[in-house]
Amino acid sequence: MIDENPALVGAGKGAHAAPLPCVSFRLLASFHSGTHAPAVKSAPFEYARAGSLAEACELLARHGDAKLIAGGQSLVPMMAMRLVRPAFLVDINEIAALKFVKPEKDSVRIGACTRQCTLERDEALAAKLPLLRQALAWVGHAQTRNRGTVGGSLAHADPSAELPLAAQVLGAKMVLRSSKGSRTLEAGKFFSGPMATAMRADECLQEIHWPAWNGRTGSAFTEIAIRHGDFAMVAACAQVSVDADGRCTRAAFGLGGVAGTPLAFPKIAARLAGTKLEDAAIDAAAAGAAAETDPGSDLHATREYRRHLARVLAGRALREARERAS
Amino acid sequence: MSEKLHPVTIEVNGVRREAQVPARLSLVDFLRDELRLTGTHVGCEHGICGACSVMLDGEPVRSCLMYTVQADGHKLTTVEGLVQADGSLSVLQDSFCETHGLQCGYCTSGMLIAAQALLNANPDPSEAQIREAIGGNLCRCTGYQQIVEAVRLAAERMK
Repeated sequence: MIDENPALVGAGKGAHAAPLPCVSFRLLASFHSGTHAPAVKSAPFEYARAGSLAEACELLARHGDAKLIAGGQSLVPMMAMRLVRPAFLVDINEIAALKFVKPEKDSVRIGACTRQCTLERDEALAAKLPLLRQALAWVGHAQTRNRGTVGGSLAHADPSAELPLAAQVLGAKMVLRSSKGSRTLEAGKFFSGPMATAMRADECLQEIHWPAWNGRTGSAFTEIAIRHGDFAMVAACAQVSVDADGRCTRAAFGLGGVAGTPLAFPKIAARLAGTKLEDAAIDAAAAGAAAETDPGSDLHATREYRRHLARVLAGRALREARERAS
Repeated sequence: MSEKLHPVTIEVNGVRREAQVPARLSLVDFLRDELRLTGTHVGCEHGICGACSVMLDGEPVRSCLMYTVQADGHKLTTVEGLVQADGSLSVLQDSFCETHGLQCGYCTSGMLIAAQALLNANPDPSEAQIREAIGGNLCRCTGYQQIVEAVRLAAERMK
């Protein structure tokens, strides 16, 4: 996802850096600018560590050009490349009330600032919401999952990211909070475009409600990326429930990386209910979904190849989910 | 124009360090330029290569993706903190030497941090677990094979 434009990468070094009363120097920066410029890459910003969600909301409301920072695993590179230059950063990493996993009867509530590594290691969560651990196995690397948060990934809304796809397929609900009150948006209304959500600038993602399916349920997540841990060219995930005869009672599946937002296919998935999830039924569903996608071409994959992957991976995810359900 | 400075107190390798830093100073630049702990390397500076890995409260993280102000009140371990009390190489570091787990050495401090964090959590990792743990660290010399061997050797030696 990261645009490796050398002009942008180099932009922070020396040329734009003003002299600062700081004892940090980098030889190169000093040499170029002729001053004791600090080794910095991001543009200057004001910073406050919020002690509570209320304080974070208040800071967002007070500062027009403020941005929340959670794990920072996407935001900091974008700031380092100066693709994003927020005037004010509100740090929510130390707000303990935003870090929790609370299993309930038909759902799991997860605090927005819960680290991805915490979710990955939670056995009870994996039993109740296996798709989440399956998705997390594809998210970045150990070092990024140690900082990255579930809410940060959803709010960043990269169309090829794994957690937004899982949220879209399961119909997760996002609880948004601002100084004016709170509201809840379902994933379908939350994701509005590439790296864009329906969150207002003064809102903070507070928690996510993930529906959990009971009974004989199986799920799967799969993707193709150039290297493991990179953003997916195409990602697919699926979840199915079956009755004692192996007949599908409920199905959901979706694709990432093939449109501006992660896509779920509720109408096509509904047609799987009542079938025994035979290969033919799955193949028809996967082909139908792939036909609805509108991927772009780039250096890494053509539109045709992405559509091909969409069909193959959707089928693979549905088959794996079927095996795990029975 | 002067930029606001924030006071920070960070425990680095067991030593309490205090400083005044601008909010935009990355943690890796603070470690290298301010504290002169140059064992942590700056590679890509946008979270891809893993050369800048340090442990934050025991967990490996990328220090180029954190601002110094965010580490205020936390504990860091850098590669300098991995050595034994008498200054000699740790078992893991020595194992890297034994198996030729490094050539140019640029990725090595990040590899050591990632591998040590793995061994701390899991003293007997499988090859797949080792590869997963160092999956976020790029090495352009070794082809990784000897690094995996080094971590396995260290695990055996520490049994």
